[in-house]
Amino acid sequence: MKQAKRPFEFVAATYLTQICPERAWTLAELAQNLTKVSDACIFNHTFQSLESHHYTSFSNDFAQWVMAACNEGALAEELAAIDLRDFLSIEELRKILSSTVENYLRKNPQVADRPAFEPFHFCEAVEVVVPLEARAFTLAELAEGIKQLSLHTLHYHFISSRLRLLLRTNDFSHWIEDSLELPDLAQRLNRIDFYMNTLDGVRKEILQVLNQWNH
Amino acid sequence: MESLTSTPTTQPESHIPHLEDYAAIVGRSEIHELREFAHRLGGRRVKMMNSTAVGGGVAEILNRLVPLLDELGVPTRWEVLKGGEDYFMVTKAFHNALHGEPFDGHPEWFELFLKVTEENRRWIELDEDFIVIHDPQPVALVQAREGRKNHWIWRCHIDLSRPNPQVWNFLRPFVEKYDAALFSAPSFTQGLPIPQFLFYPAIDPLSDKNRELEPEFIQNVLERFGIDPNRPILTQISRFDRLKDPVGVIQAYHRVRKYLDCQLVLAGGGATDDPEGEIVLREVQEAAGTDPDIHILNLPPWSHLEINALQRASTIVIQKSLREGFGLTVSEALLKKKPVIASAVGGIPFQVIHKVTGLLVQSVDGAAYQIRFLLSNPDIARKFGENGYEHVKENFLLTHNVKRYLVLFLRLLAANSGK
Repeated sequence: MKQAKRPFEFVAATYLTQICPERAWTLAELAQNLTKVSDACIFNHTFQSLESHHYTSFSNDFAQWVMAACNEGALAEELAAIDLRDFLSIEELRKILSSTVENYLRKNPQVADRPAFEPFHFCEAVEVVVPLEARAFTLAELAEGIKQLSLHTLHYHFISSRLRLLLRTNDFSHWIEDSLELPDLAQRLNRIDFYMNTLDGVRKEILQVLNQWNH
Repeated sequence: MESLTSTPTTQPESHIPHLEDYAAIVGRSEIHELREFAHRLGGRRVKMMNSTAVGGGVAEILNRLVPLLDELGVPTRWEVLKGGEDYFMVTKAFHNALHGEPFDGHPEWFELFLKVTEENRRWIELDEDFIVIHDPQPVALVQAREGRKNHWIWRCHIDLSRPNPQVWNFLRPFVEKYDAALFSAPSFTQGLPIPQFLFYPAIDPLSDKNRELEPEFIQNVLERFGIDPNRPILTQISRFDRLKDPVGVIQAYHRVRKYLDCQLVLAGGGATDDPEGEIVLREVQEAAGTDPDIHILNLPPWSHLEINALQRASTIVIQKSLREGFGLTVSEALLKKKPVIASAVGGIPFQVIHKVTGLLVQSVDGAAYQIRFLLSNPDIARKFGENGYEHVKENFLLTHNVKRYLVLFLRLLAANSGK
């Protein structure tokens, strides 16, 4: 089996949620806060909360609140359609979120100051990562390691990784392409749709792709 | 109305689960990572402090959290504040006032609160690396931190969104002396100058209250309490507390009974820090009258298996609280795949996602209507229960709580060392 030039290094990662003082009672306040809250806050309500939305119709906290608390379905759909995979920095994502809300309010000024049923509470994700001894030099070792990851750590390696790498990819694909020189496999893993799946489902698909490649 | 004060045949926690036992539910990977995070704490010690050893959600969480932290190599001690009946009368009034109820206390109540804190401070060792104080009762112990280099954390389990200003203004200066405050929901917080973190409370899926039971045992419990297993059972599990609105549940049941046959079970007990329990129980008994299909079960605090059996036997579980901290009984019911009808207060909407894992209501009429809806649509009720099980498994289990504490401790250490 092909050996990598450098090993894949596993970590244990998780997030604490820190509650921020900012709250939005209206869409105008949401628009205003989107421009000034921290990057960790934007991350928390988009990348970090993605997993919790497989029960609801919308893929991020902002969209969910706009629908559930403001009853603005069209704006909720627009916000939910923003694909996190298109962004390599929180700043870019913030600009799109912010302009989406502002454009909507320009077209629908009458809803800007209408009070929501309940406020939106801004929170930050505080990432805590510790390195593990586990390393992989082969695809089989990578698959074995992925089986051992908690869902938070899988999220760190597969979803939030693109902000760290500044590439439109995940930690596994990046290592497979860079260290094992298997770009096709890297691309196949990167096509797994984490929007339409739970993290457990994502893990199963990753293992299935690796398993098929090995055989 | 059938009112019982029962002595269960079971003893406290018939089986104490170990960390590895949870792997079957949350996966081996989660357990492995808990060990990794715990290892990084290098044997640092923790003290948990609250005001009651039995009854209520906080004692239940600590009862399981403490041994698991210990097993992970994080030596953890749990101490309970000592106080007389007069002191707990005061703290109950504080508790209600912090939930937004009117406060007609006297200035000497504040003095008594501080006096009892000072008496406790004399006997409690507070030298551990992390001191976690639960709820307002022991909050003023933070005065003892002067001269110590350890980390102090205030875990607030109640909804502080609309506190009575007189009580909150008295407690707030103590809270501000902590390194961090932990709340069950973002909406429960107050503007504080210290970091505030979101900590969902959690249930133990392997405790006597939640573990799988033999059908014969469930049958036996129903027989013992005179409940008919062949007719729909509506259940609210909570201590007899006005904020849980047990009388409102009886009113909703009466509205349902106009159209549908069912029984109502109100089961709970008292906590040692709640002197109002007996009075509320009498109010509930009075509201139930002589209806033989209302079962009021005043159970001792160790009746976990009985509570478990009642939840598992229920057709619908109700939590019609007027105010709520988090309402862990909701997660208990969802873990058992039961449809839940609950008030949209406190932490309940985090557990009951409306029309996904159950139904949220605002009133007696709303509760009655939704009970009729679910009794008439058992397929929808079953789907809510299945969704609820998945939701709890992902968010509200004890192992998640253990992880949050470990990570918080690591975070505080890192902040202290300027990393």
